[in-house]
Amino acid sequence: MDPILLLEQALNGLQFGVTLFLIAAGLTLVFGIMDLVNLAHGSLVMVGAYFAATLIGWTGSFALGLLLALPATFAVGLVVEIVVLRTLYQRDHLDQVLATFGLILFFNELVRILWGPVSLYSGLPDYLSGHVEIIPGAPYPVFRLLIIAVGLGVAASLYLIVARTRLGMLIRAGASNREMASALGVDIRLLFTLVFALGATFAGLAGMMLGPLTSVEPGMGEPLLILAFVVIIIGGIGSIRGAFVASLLAGLLDTIGRVFLPLLLRAFLDHAAADTAGPALAQVLIYVLMAGVLIVRPQGLFPARGG
Amino acid sequence: MSRRQSLIALAVLALFALVPPVAGYLDQPYLSYFFTRIMIFAIAAVSLDLILGFGGMVSFGHAVYLGVGAYTVGILSHHGIDSGFVQFPLAVLTSGLAALVIGAISIRTSGVYFIMITLAFAQMLYFLGVSLEQYGGDDGMAINRSEFVEPIDFWDELQFYYVVLATLALFVYLCHRIVHSRFGMALQGTRSNLRRMEAIGFPTYRYRLAGFTIAGVMCGIAGALLANWSEFVSPAYMHWTRSGEIMIMVILGGIGTLVGPLLGAAGFLLLEEYLPDLMDLAVPGWGQHWMVLFGPVLILVVLFGRGGLYALLTGSRRQ
Repeated sequence: MDPILLLEQALNGLQFGVTLFLIAAGLTLVFGIMDLVNLAHGSLVMVGAYFAATLIGWTGSFALGLLLALPATFAVGLVVEIVVLRTLYQRDHLDQVLATFGLILFFNELVRILWGPVSLYSGLPDYLSGHVEIIPGAPYPVFRLLIIAVGLGVAASLYLIVARTRLGMLIRAGASNREMASALGVDIRLLFTLVFALGATFAGLAGMMLGPLTSVEPGMGEPLLILAFVVIIIGGIGSIRGAFVASLLAGLLDTIGRVFLPLLLRAFLDHAAADTAGPALAQVLIYVLMAGVLIVRPQGLFPARGG
Repeated sequence: MSRRQSLIALAVLALFALVPPVAGYLDQPYLSYFFTRIMIFAIAAVSLDLILGFGGMVSFGHAVYLGVGAYTVGILSHHGIDSGFVQFPLAVLTSGLAALVIGAISIRTSGVYFIMITLAFAQMLYFLGVSLEQYGGDDGMAINRSEFVEPIDFWDELQFYYVVLATLALFVYLCHRIVHSRFGMALQGTRSNLRRMEAIGFPTYRYRLAGFTIAGVMCGIAGALLANWSEFVSPAYMHWTRSGEIMIMVILGGIGTLVGPLLGAAGFLLLEEYLPDLMDLAVPGWGQHWMVLFGPVLILVVLFGRGGLYALLTGSRRQ
């Protein structure tokens, strides 16, 4: 097997993995601390991507557009938490699933009204659209490297926030025992709102990073949302570390599966059938991984919740 | 089911029975075609209610059995086996097997893990459907309706309508009997307090798995009927949003009541069909954006409409 191809796909997998991590990080915090199943998290990915595409258009600068889109997504996160989600914390998971499903429908259609049904393509500035030869003989897109760097940077800073700061201490306290944290005088409501908006911002950032790679369109976050859920289940609900490890695992499995499963299937099927079946079956791999993890370790790889 | 609930169930089924003559009188043949779809989804919703409302199992992958049933019919039809006497028993078998395997693994988990693992299995089968190039892959494929012996003719829309109605009525009755049997009581016991049921000595795992499988089979038959109705199968039947929609039908109609899912399926699909027209009437040109209204309506139903349409109809709440 071609080692250069393998290395290149591993980088692609890493890039997909860190993108998943950006989405899963917020989801796992919200899930772990507030015990809220938020299906609308994928909508925040979409909102972030739309904000970025629009603001880049207005300002004419890629970097400035992204910088402005981040607080905008943060604000949307605040509003969603205060208006809808706050009332859902005390409900059971079924109600949460349904209400946030309603939110998805609302957001998709709102985006369609505001931006129209046609997909947007936010181009890349010149300094990001080139290639560098980090693997000899295989030029790799600079933008994908940037995504990897941003993802790893967010992971590192999240780790520092959670492990070293007072806010992080409160987050950990909330994740391991909400009632106790509340009884000790932590303003849980404020903490919830902040954590949710922070998670929303990360999700939006993922959308901004994906925008130039794919297209910005209504419903773009949903396939990723389901994957992000799988990732946090594999990693253990509420665990940032688990989300990180599981994201990279899922990203690599999916990307490498997409490339090598068709090759593998060609041994049994004709070329055309193998090329269709391979990528589709590669997407099954992640779910198989999740089912396997749940059978062996029902609490995920790195369970965060104590007691 | 109380006496009143039985009466409402009969009334709803009678209303369904009246649709074709009314549609004929109004010269709106589309109406009975549309109501066939409503009844098929009502079957799926009733089957989900059996495990969701009575068994307390929040399965977020129920549409997968629609797909399994539909693909069983579709694949057989694709290979020239159009006989319903082969297709339907096989659809029962495949959907039952799928539910047995999925249930056997999922029921070991609980809470949100159960929601997610059922979703994961549904996604697996969804992508499996996408990967079946021979059977249309992502696009799906057109198929023939099932063939039966002489008097039964699925191509006759009117006959097909009453076959679906009879199936629905049968399943509602069946679920009613199940819920009130010893088995059903035990199943409801596991919903209220799993640990206590175990302590009393019930093999709760087996009870729940049996319930899960029965629901899967019922939904599989709905899938076989759906394939016949649309003369088409595609992975879209198994998409996770479809599972969400079936769940919404149950909640909208009234969870834990056997009539509720019927009302919910009708309410959901009628809204989906006519809300665009209504919005167009109110604000011309906005019909295509009906979901911007439908989403918040859904949230409000979840937040404030405890008991769903059934409670609205009877003024009662679920005990």
